[in-house]
Amino acid sequence: MGKITLQHVNKSFGEVAVIPDINLQIEDGEFVVFVGPSGCGKSTLLRLIAGLEDVTAGRIDIDGTDATHLPPARRGLAMVFQSYALYPHMTVRKNIAFPLKMAGLSEEEQEKKVQHAARILNLSNYLDRRPGQLSGGQRQRVAIGRAIVREPAAFLFDEPLSNLDAALRVTMRQEITELHQSLKTTMIYVTHDQVEAMTMADKIVVLNAGNIEQVGSPLDLYHRPANLFVAGFIGSPRMNLIEGAEAARHQAATIGIRPEHLDITEGGPWQGTVGLTEHLGSDTFLKVTLDTGELLTVRANGEVALRHGDRVALAPQQGKIHRFGPDGKALA
Amino acid sequence: MSTQSSRLAARVMVAPSVVLLFIWMAVPLAMTLYYSFRLYRLLSPDRTGWVGFTNYLWFFNSPDFWLALWNTLALVGGVLIITVMLGILIALLIDQPVKGQGMLRILVIAPFFVMPPVAASIWENLFMHPQNGLLAAVARGFGAQPILFLEEYPLLSVIGIVSWEWLPFATLILLTSLQSLSSEQLEAAEMDGASALNRLRHIILPHMTRAITVVILIQTIFLLGIFGEIFTTTQGGPGSASTTLPYMIFKQAIAAKDIGRAAAGGIIAVILANIVAYFLMRGIGRHLDA
Repeated sequence: MGKITLQHVNKSFGEVAVIPDINLQIEDGEFVVFVGPSGCGKSTLLRLIAGLEDVTAGRIDIDGTDATHLPPARRGLAMVFQSYALYPHMTVRKNIAFPLKMAGLSEEEQEKKVQHAARILNLSNYLDRRPGQLSGGQRQRVAIGRAIVREPAAFLFDEPLSNLDAALRVTMRQEITELHQSLKTTMIYVTHDQVEAMTMADKIVVLNAGNIEQVGSPLDLYHRPANLFVAGFIGSPRMNLIEGAEAARHQAATIGIRPEHLDITEGGPWQGTVGLTEHLGSDTFLKVTLDTGELLTVRANGEVALRHGDRVALAPQQGKIHRFGPDGKALA
Repeated sequence: MSTQSSRLAARVMVAPSVVLLFIWMAVPLAMTLYYSFRLYRLLSPDRTGWVGFTNYLWFFNSPDFWLALWNTLALVGGVLIITVMLGILIALLIDQPVKGQGMLRILVIAPFFVMPPVAASIWENLFMHPQNGLLAAVARGFGAQPILFLEEYPLLSVIGIVSWEWLPFATLILLTSLQSLSSEQLEAAEMDGASALNRLRHIILPHMTRAITVVILIQTIFLLGIFGEIFTTTQGGPGSASTTLPYMIFKQAIAAKDIGRAAAGGIIAVILANIVAYFLMRGIGRHLDA
């Protein structure tokens, strides 16, 4: 079981309120991703749940019992750190067995669980090596192994992939997602990478300056961003935001249109000039400067033959325009 | 990649300093070795001639020598145990975030800057003195007799004084090592259910092994030659109770003016140092490998 509830959680370092007031419910078995720009308090929030930081005010329940003042070891959570935090002087076997040893399990039981975890994570051949002799991905797996053997109520991941190269990151992303499918344990995952958030999460929590901007499924956030911040943060490339007269024509302070929802058609309402073009093979991203001065990103197919300086006309797809009020909140 | 010729050139170019260092080391050693087999007394007219192992035998037959050997090892061992253990504790303590941390650390390190004879004098006259000493005053305050440190426990007193001098060194090295431990490792251990004591045993101490090794090796080198503290306080006494090998050599060279014997003692000290170094490197030297 791994249901975690945060009620009015507040965290201040001295005078600075890093997290002013957060209410959040995480259901058992969910894969929740905390995403936000650096300094938004997402790691602090994770550390509050882990118990590595004390809450200034508020209450944290884990599985229905008050865990606000429990020490980290007694919360039944396991954490995977950004630096992996492996114990360099211990072999992989001893690293993975460490929480079991601390729990006072017998040698045979330790070995059995270590072998089991090693099989899941493809580490069986590396058990007698030290962390220093492993690659980044293997170290990551050892760190996950050390978390698995404890059979925690929930896993906490603190930007676990940020030290890996791009290709490995994709592989590990899939491995963690598959691990979640097979273990069905609650996972809380912190990242600043919205691609990781979109691909892995059941539920995304978008954080900004210590506040929750929006909670929802990845597609929910993509299709119905609650405000300008979420609109700009979720989706790659970013949503185009247009203010001024064009927005006013849609009765909004700002309108947003995603690059993939702009069509290049003769007679489109928005005229402009092509600037930079990025050919990715499958897609082409065009930077189009409108005659009214706005810079839009347009996603076109890979074969589009437009070049720098070409004139284009753009048409937004029907119903894909997001409208935001002057306070930044989405208008119905 | 180095070619044959560039390797040769490199050797030629480092040769002068190697030769100089070799002479620097070898000549005094050779001269000591030479004198140790000679009769060479400054106070008697006959100062020539080979005497074989007589100078060495004098040492081996002197009951003081074995005591001095034991005292030397006890001094080194005692100071090492005290400085490493207390050093770890103090390092753990001053690693905690407190107000005035910088000032506190300077205070902790300060004793290291006090010259050995000065440190010994301070201890002898201000702390251990049976009339004026602080410790005597404390003892009297409890209604007890002042302890005659330098008379009744001369070697222990010297060990105490030397430990006080070397504690800052150990603390400093161990503190830097402690600070290089990633906090995430400690947090991971905490989440893994390790108590504070278990974290010390399984995470912090293994991390500090190399620093502890360095402290032990460096201190051993310097502690084998401790002289000033003994000279200033006990003068090796009472009797020979606090005479160490270096102090015994000093007595032969300066008090007895017997250069031959002193040289033999010097050679014995070199051999002793090598034996100690051998066992140290075998015992803990492997921790120095990355």
